[in-house]
Amino acid sequence: MNQTIKFKLNNKPISIAVDGERMLLWVLRTDLGLTGTKYGCGEGLCGACTVLVNKKTVRSCQIAVKDVAGKEVITIEGLGKKGNLHPIQHAFIKHDALQCGFCTPGMILTASDLLLKNPQPDVEEIKEAMEDNLCRCGAHNRIVRAIQTAADEMKGGKK
Amino acid sequence: MKDQEYLDMDFTDLLSGTTLNRRNFLKRFGGGIIIFFSIGDASAMMQEQRRQGYPSDFNAYLRIGADGRVTCLVGKIEMGQGAITSLAMELADELDVSLDSVDMVMGDTDRCPWDMGTFGSLSTRSFGPYLRQAAAEARAVLLELAADQLKKLIDQLQIKDGTVFDKNNAKIKISYAQLTEGKIIERHLEQKPSPKKPSEFHIMGKPVFRQDAKEKVTGEAKFAGDIQFPDMLYAKILRPPAHGAKLKNVDTSEAEKIAGVQIIKDGDFIAVLHKYPDIAEKALKKITSEFDIPEAKVDDKTIFDHLLEVASKGEVVAQDGNIATGEKMTSTIIEGKYLNSYVAHAPIEPHTAAAKIDGEKITVWASTQAPFRAKDEVAQALGFAPENVRIITPYVGGGFGGKNQNQQALEAARLAKLSGKPVQVAWTRQEEFFYDTFRPAAVVKIKSGLSNSGAPVLWDYHVYFAGERGSQHFYTIAHHKTTAYGGWSGRDSAHLFGVGPWRAPANNTNTFARESQIDMMAEKAGLDPVEFRLKYLKEEKMRGVLKAAAERFGWTTAPSPSGRGYGVSCGIDAGTYVAHIAEVAVDKNTGQVQVKRVVCAQDMGLVVNPQGAKIQMEGCITMGLGYALTEEIHFKGGQILDTNFDTYELPRFSWLPKIETVLIDAKEEAPQGGGEPAIICMGAVIANAIYDAIGLRLFQLPMTPERIMDAIRQG
Repeated sequence: MNQTIKFKLNNKPISIAVDGERMLLWVLRTDLGLTGTKYGCGEGLCGACTVLVNKKTVRSCQIAVKDVAGKEVITIEGLGKKGNLHPIQHAFIKHDALQCGFCTPGMILTASDLLLKNPQPDVEEIKEAMEDNLCRCGAHNRIVRAIQTAADEMKGGKK
Repeated sequence: MKDQEYLDMDFTDLLSGTTLNRRNFLKRFGGGIIIFFSIGDASAMMQEQRRQGYPSDFNAYLRIGADGRVTCLVGKIEMGQGAITSLAMELADELDVSLDSVDMVMGDTDRCPWDMGTFGSLSTRSFGPYLRQAAAEARAVLLELAADQLKKLIDQLQIKDGTVFDKNNAKIKISYAQLTEGKIIERHLEQKPSPKKPSEFHIMGKPVFRQDAKEKVTGEAKFAGDIQFPDMLYAKILRPPAHGAKLKNVDTSEAEKIAGVQIIKDGDFIAVLHKYPDIAEKALKKITSEFDIPEAKVDDKTIFDHLLEVASKGEVVAQDGNIATGEKMTSTIIEGKYLNSYVAHAPIEPHTAAAKIDGEKITVWASTQAPFRAKDEVAQALGFAPENVRIITPYVGGGFGGKNQNQQALEAARLAKLSGKPVQVAWTRQEEFFYDTFRPAAVVKIKSGLSNSGAPVLWDYHVYFAGERGSQHFYTIAHHKTTAYGGWSGRDSAHLFGVGPWRAPANNTNTFARESQIDMMAEKAGLDPVEFRLKYLKEEKMRGVLKAAAERFGWTTAPSPSGRGYGVSCGIDAGTYVAHIAEVAVDKNTGQVQVKRVVCAQDMGLVVNPQGAKIQMEGCITMGLGYALTEEIHFKGGQILDTNFDTYELPRFSWLPKIETVLIDAKEEAPQGGGEPAIICMGAVIANAIYDAIGLRLFQLPMTPERIMDAIRQG
């Protein structure tokens, strides 16, 4: 049953007519054409579909679109753009913290949630926060270093 | 070209002479390219392309635009291993243009030169020389054209960043763009120029960051599932509950009631189409069906006995001396039987494809390692002329061997034809686990012997169903024989479901067995595992990497088990030599293993991009933790019990050891493989470290806490 759902998506208010029971992942990818959010497992086990809802990480394959009504959703497309990258995106490039890149949007959004909560995490805290995001290519250690670098930069007030 | 023909290519070290000599269906062509001669009825066109191999006209590989940008066209694809960067470096260096001016077009069958596929760590070592040759010739032609235009002698000119200058007057110049004006270069050279010597490189050999990173951190990078068309439908296909199951009856009436659903039935092939993938999935769940499921006779525990039972006659891969003589000389016999379970590729992007038909022509955007193979398969399945089939390969979200299979591309193509609409097929994680072509379960049996003086004199090696790559040892042993029974391709029908090449096929299994056995021999000989290896390794290259690894690790001599939890392993894959040393901690109460540190030294000849090479080593080491410690497919008959990452455990952040990589400087030698070699030692290096820690040897991969606790209980 279609209903009108309003929420803020990447800092812009939107209103869509949609079956509210559908998972946010598919509404983002198909109805809204934001394909940076990836399907990896469909059960909230891999983290590829991670987005921020009210600044907290959410598995978009596990949350119905009606449950983000009135909230603020940030996807990888809303975090930064070419030419104006978020410090975490910049740090991922600087550390070559990716290979195939399929898990990368979820990794970056999870890291951004961590740094909002804990601006100066140590290595163990980073690993703990990232634990449920899977990367098959094995970029883990570089991802940890990228997050450390981003934390240092953001502390400097760059963002 | 049919599946079986590709499988027959066997992913063995294609440049290894020993393999060539043994295989009468492989022929060596000029320049080291190997062409497989078709035995089936593959299309004449593809046969012709294969005969020709890579094209000789450099225009096939590169175009210089009127704006000065250089397009590099390659049949290889980018799935994370970084060919997008290293191939661009090779082209830019040989052509003398800046790396920033190169745009890569990869895996587009209409635009790129034919290629077998991206596998076997072949992109740099096998394809790279052709690309470099093409760029070197183009550069020489452009120089001639510039000399004509500027009315100078070639010797008076030099090139920098795509512009030809007068050496004595930099104002006299002409750019590649001005010379070509975006057109194909007609002139060619009779005498082909040599590619650059390492001393002439200005881009190769220096570390370069990934060229695709910016697109990938912003979400702009397109993967197959991100290709959308306004009238595209997403398909979900009815799957059997087990391999070998036959559809008895099906009722789609409930699914049809969902608005916008289109049901396709073509024999047993039943699909639900909808403009939203999640609605298609919901509709699929409304279909009721019954299948005849064959009785389950084999499971993940009995598979090894089954494999030994069904194994046909073995093929001798290598031998020297005489096994009976070796046995007579032996005073200490050491026997090992090594097992490994089925392992999934589990790329985070499942198999995905979108297909669109326009008139007589079909285009398929596929997550594939083998676009030209997909082209053939689609043409054959749909009855299209091959020239009317175009495969475009967007970024691939991990492959590791699994995306040499293009089933999803065929499904999308078939459904596009049946529905008359563009169709996307994106497998669920469960489908990915079901249709993956696993690394085969395999058995290795070794009988080896030491003489009175502790020297190795006997090596009788039997490998069942892993394949022969990496099965030959490289130690000084007078009497030895290596026999392979079946390969990894699954064509011998030993398996109940698909198996295939998994990153460094066969070599993970063989290296686990060989290097575990060598450690047992070292212990019996009373020598430290590094010392024993250095004493009996045949090749200087292998000794070199082992010494480099031991030095970086800070190895001090102590026979195993020393209690330190240190392990060592050596191996050769894709022409590259690797040695690993690891440190582990074992919790004797839980059986949990924490790998604390891994040092890997690698000799891969010329390293085109040291940054990329090190990242591949790190990736291999990390991925290898999985098959060493947790990854195995559980199954009952044709039913795959693992459906997601809850029971099938991939390495996670908390598992990560400190990883240190050492690249041996060998730039005067031809480049060798980089995407696979550093994974092959991970089973043995951890098994040997566990043994060193607790004095118990694990003979089966993965070395799960349960298996370690069993070993502890059995003492």
